Amino acid sequence: MENVIELHDVSKSLKAFTIDHMDLQIKQGYVTGFIGANGAGKSTTMKLIMNLLQPDNGEVSVFGLDYANHEKEIKDRIGFVYDSNIFYESLNLKDISRIVAPAYKHWNQKQFKAYVNQFELPLNKPMKKFSKGMQMKASITIALSHDAELIVMDEPTAGLDPTSRRELLDIFQEVMTDGKRTILFSTHITSDLDRIADYIVLIDEGEILFDKPVYELQEQYAVVKGSTELLDADTEAYFIKIERSPNGFQALTKKVATVKEVFGKHVVIEEASLEEIMFYMKGADHPYD
Amino acid sequence: MQIIISNSSKEPIYEQILKQIQTAILSGELAEGDALPSIRQLAKDLKISVITTKRAYEELEKSGFIYSIVGKGSFVAEQNLDVIREKKLRVIEEQLSAVISNSKEIGLPYEELQELLKLLYEE
Repeated sequence: MENVIELHDVSKSLKAFTIDHMDLQIKQGYVTGFIGANGAGKSTTMKLIMNLLQPDNGEVSVFGLDYANHEKEIKDRIGFVYDSNIFYESLNLKDISRIVAPAYKHWNQKQFKAYVNQFELPLNKPMKKFSKGMQMKASITIALSHDAELIVMDEPTAGLDPTSRRELLDIFQEVMTDGKRTILFSTHITSDLDRIADYIVLIDEGEILFDKPVYELQEQYAVVKGSTELLDADTEAYFIKIERSPNGFQALTKKVATVKEVFGKHVVIEEASLEEIMFYMKGADHPYD
Repeated sequence: MQIIISNSSKEPIYEQILKQIQTAILSGELAEGDALPSIRQLAKDLKISVITTKRAYEELEKSGFIYSIVGKGSFVAEQNLDVIREKKLRVIEEQLSAVISNSKEIGLPYEELQELLKLLYEE
């Protein structure tokens, strides 16, 4: 099975927000980073994947199974790390290993203890009193202790200090070495993705703008800077979005070769960072060009 | 074999890996049949994504430097060093021709160019 998660023609209308005919595939054995501005639809999409929301139309399948018939089996194989951990708040980790563990088919107590030690997590303190970093580590400990094949995380690194973030990224990489696991995580911190993401999915206003391997982004997009005098109706069409100032323009392009040919040395062409791609693609006039 | 990745380099990371493994093979540091680290292990060690490492290995495989056996890993392939040397020489010739035509454009005499080359070579 190549895709762990498949959304096919999924639509969902919420009060102030709509997902319209979304298709999305998450590949097995890789880290997919899910990016987009606040309110772009990341959390809604993740809730659809976790069956916390049901689509109005279309199909969601995980491990090739549908939720209608295989909810328990799917959940057994997913570790969900949510930014506020609603399920375990008042429990301490000791309770969790006693109460939560039997619910999972593949709970590994030895593994659990190993991670608790590695992360230096207290066993007797309720999880709601944990710091943000500890909560995140605890959630990940639980996910890894029931041998989750798919780990879905909503903003796992938000609010973490740089040391904890690095530690977490190291753990994710460790987890990925056997090639069986898949990680999907949403984030604003694009530097995390620069390091570990294999695929990047960008969402804006409930629509997937792209789903690409990281190296393709580096090859396909560039930031161009130059004098506004260079811009006219023809040349503007080379850019996804243009920012103008009295001192010149900056723009994102996907037509790197054309820009080089037309403008030559009159412009500066730089590799676009994920953050820049995200910034310029938001509300862009020609997001697909 | 040590691989050093620069995140601030203009050269894409997969190319940095590719070149360093190529150099290790061409210099004889890695011999025919030697096992390379697994793609996932290398990604973890270098703190980069799996797909970037995979891309480097795929390119190495395409150009015949390594081969992969499913479930076993990647290994250094038999190298025809003469052919590789021949190819490299041709590239060097092309690059030198470009240097010469550039020099002629600004009227740089042969002696000065030679001096410059000598300086850079010995650096």
